[in-house]
Amino acid sequence: MEELKVAEETRVVGQAVPRLDAEAKVKGEARYADDLAFPGMLYGKAIRSPVPHARIKRLDLSKVAAHPGVACVVSPADIPGENVVPVIYRDMPLLAAEVVRYVGEPVALLAAETREAAYRAAELAEVEYEELPAVFDPLEAVKSDAPQVAVPEAAETGNVFNHMVIRKGDVARGFAEADEIVEGEYRVGYQEHVYIEPQGVIAVPEAGGMAIYGTLQCPFYVQNAVAAVLGLPLSKVRVVQTATGGGFGGKEDVPSQLAAMAAVLAWKSRRPVKVVYDREEDIATTSKRHPAVIRYRTGAKRDGRLVAVEVEFYYNAGAYQTLSSAVLWRGLIHAAGPYRIPNVKVDGYSVATNTVPCGAFRGFGSPQVIFAHESQMDELAVRLGMDPLELRERNALRVGDRTATDQLLEESVGLMDAIERARELSGWERLRREAEEFNRREPFRRRGIGVSTVMYGVGMGAKAPLLDKAGAYVKVEADGSVTVAVGNTEMGQGALTVLAQIAAEALGVRVEDVQLAPVDTSRVPDSGPTVASRTTTVAGAAVLDAARKIRARIEAAAREVLGADAVEIADSKVWPAGGDSGRAVPLSEVTRWMWVHNWDMGATGWAQGAPVDWDPETGLGKAYFVYAYACHIAEVEVDLLTGEAKVRRFWAVHDSGKIVNPALARGQVAGGVAQGIGYTLMEYLPSLEGRIEGTLMTYRIPTAPDMPEELVIDFVEAPYSDGPYGAKGIGEVPLMASHAAVANAISHAVGARLTEYPALPERVFALARNKTHPR
Amino acid sequence: MRLRFILNGKPMEVDTHSGRRLLDLLREDLGLIGVKEGCGEGECGACTVLVNGKPRLSCLTAAIQVEGKEILTVEGLWENGKLHPIQKAFVETAGVQCGFCTPGFIMATYALLSENPDPSPSEVREWLAGNLCRCTGYAQIIEAVLLAAKYMRGDALRVTRAEKTS
Ligand code: FES
Ligand code: FES
Repeated sequence: MEELKVAEETRVVGQAVPRLDAEAKVKGEARYADDLAFPGMLYGKAIRSPVPHARIKRLDLSKVAAHPGVACVVSPADIPGENVVPVIYRDMPLLAAEVVRYVGEPVALLAAETREAAYRAAELAEVEYEELPAVFDPLEAVKSDAPQVAVPEAAETGNVFNHMVIRKGDVARGFAEADEIVEGEYRVGYQEHVYIEPQGVIAVPEAGGMAIYGTLQCPFYVQNAVAAVLGLPLSKVRVVQTATGGGFGGKEDVPSQLAAMAAVLAWKSRRPVKVVYDREEDIATTSKRHPAVIRYRTGAKRDGRLVAVEVEFYYNAGAYQTLSSAVLWRGLIHAAGPYRIPNVKVDGYSVATNTVPCGAFRGFGSPQVIFAHESQMDELAVRLGMDPLELRERNALRVGDRTATDQLLEESVGLMDAIERARELSGWERLRREAEEFNRREPFRRRGIGVSTVMYGVGMGAKAPLLDKAGAYVKVEADGSVTVAVGNTEMGQGALTVLAQIAAEALGVRVEDVQLAPVDTSRVPDSGPTVASRTTTVAGAAVLDAARKIRARIEAAAREVLGADAVEIADSKVWPAGGDSGRAVPLSEVTRWMWVHNWDMGATGWAQGAPVDWDPETGLGKAYFVYAYACHIAEVEVDLLTGEAKVRRFWAVHDSGKIVNPALARGQVAGGVAQGIGYTLMEYLPSLEGRIEGTLMTYRIPTAPDMPEELVIDFVEAPYSDGPYGAKGIGEVPLMASHAAVANAISHAVGARLTEYPALPERVFALARNKTHPR
Repeated sequence: MRLRFILNGKPMEVDTHSGRRLLDLLREDLGLIGVKEGCGEGECGACTVLVNGKPRLSCLTAAIQVEGKEILTVEGLWENGKLHPIQKAFVETAGVQCGFCTPGFIMATYALLSENPDPSPSEVREWLAGNLCRCTGYAQIIEAVLLAAKYMRGDALRVTRAEKTS
């Protein structure tokens, strides 16, 4: 095991300080999107396609416009700017003008005085569709005779939006050298975000432009989209984030679509317009995790050393590109897992179908391939007669190793420590033994223990390095309190608090003296999107940069005030260096002096991710500037009579570098584990001919009783030298690791390989019954 | 029609119509935005309020059903900025993330603890089965409920830091 570097000593960073936004939230005072209202506000609604693929022959909104209470209708011709929702490509129109490509695609808009009137009026649109052949399955859609779904300019060929590769070493030779080879095909369906606050925005016309208030992750994406549809300069569009009730990727690109709808309606009606989805509309029409078909072949030597992996995977992107190219890329880079493998061949395809566009969801294209690679590791362990944890240890990446893209890992690889800690905490050997004893004893119940190990590339990576930047503005007030402005958003993950801790640490003030400014694109620096577990690392570095500039000024002022050669600052107090901190003066005396003497009290900071560089031809290069790691272990019990599976106990160990706030980090892990358990066991959203009808009654997510009674969470900290105080990202990693541990535990319990999510009782029942290799 | 009830301890008289949901009456007419709508179909629990001390989903309750009854919302729990012990516990255990589910959980907890002041962890888990949280994985919410129970039983002094964070 490598020696972990000793991190810098810190006072505020590393403490479980209470969230800065908790009090407003427990009081019910925090204002989410639907909690805001403006005088004269209308309610906007989309008129949507009921068919998956059709030419629009006629659109008649006269009955809609005539309905009592309707103030405004919008057809494509009324869009003042461009008819587009710009994401990575520009293939998705705001309103389908000629062809609809999925059920639920907006074709027109209306705004009414009341919500009820808006709902009723939406039913009155007369739209004539000439149906076209449609395709729903990505494996069908890639065939040469499939109906053309993708807008040709947005696709590489036919319906293949993107095809990406990794070619490292020589897989044919690798497999020739292998003593054991396993092969498998894995399938997963949709996963829906179910942020408890549905999507919502309000557009308010102001000063020749538009203000947008909304529940969202990426205010600068929204600004860009609204400027495009209104044909306005960016400076005339102002986006304000309201309190945001969960995102998980679901509020990355989708709010751009809602905001563009509301903005066009507000522009035409000259009144504020609110667009808030109800749960049904939210589930049916917004982005989800990509369904996938994934094929793996993995070869190892008798001693467990991996020698080759070959992967082919297809992501069902839906009708438009949105974020699919980036999602596919992350899946590609993560396809080989956190292992040392000399020969790697990966082919990933994102494919257009006549279904709702998929997008970002925590893990961003990696959970699908992780299910597959972690299943392959367990299959190999069975074939080799080796303990699955040991097999992972043999192949786990360490400092000095090269990843699947041939990237040299120079520092901050805590995977082995995470595995060791998880082994220790769970009592792995005893656990496995006890499960076997239980299974011999019990006629109708089976227990299984599963493990998974993952790596996670922090930040945008080499596919979008231009977005991996962050600005910050830090200002110390005359009374010694501090205001920090960044363009990254709080959606529940704790970003505000973590950034305040970083500022407090750097300045030597108490965290309760730090206030984060509300996110308003006209007042905060562009910090890029709040995605990819990047906020702590990249925005944190920007805050640190600004805070250090202010700190230098405070120290200079303090030397004058105290008449000392050097000073120390902590807990909002200042004293001469080496002197008695008991005789310290309050920081406010120094900041007051600065203010009276007309000092500049504010500074901007800037940070960008360390350089990355990746070659699309070979798929090789430095894909991400650093990786986070995790090892999860699950104990599952299966009822053989019903097929029901329950997670009894769970252990999660993470290396995300320095943990800035252990209580919040723990919350991130527990929440990610819950979403992973849901993904494996219950979250099922069928699509029939491209039609998704889900409610929270039919789409079940974990409730408190579905969670393991024992959930042990721990951190090993392998600090990252470019991260603030050594921090790397954490947000997405817990989900990525958890689901595969549960899947492996089920397979272990029933003695047959689970190859499809979700493991609904009927599937587990059939698996246990028809298993090919009896235990 | 005229509707009379007690809202957060104060008598209230409003005009409403028979189709109005209690949720909309509270949020839109009375400005109690702490009552949240997560689904509008009785599945998420975010809209939970207490009616005569019992937890009720305000999205499935008609406003006219509360005639003459006592309603308690999350806004009625704190006074002059001082948090109720349940609210305090949610802050201290980091049982709040995005916070959208939080008022519903707090009201469900209030109902639980008035019925059962010393619940076991598994009783808490079962009681909260009707409230969805997508952020926390429930662990720190359950800790919050247990901590709140201690506070409310009055033995707050014996609550150690270790218990809060374990
Ligand atoms: S809003 Fe009432 S249960 Fe979800
Ligand atoms: S804290 Fe976000 S849903 Fe519970």
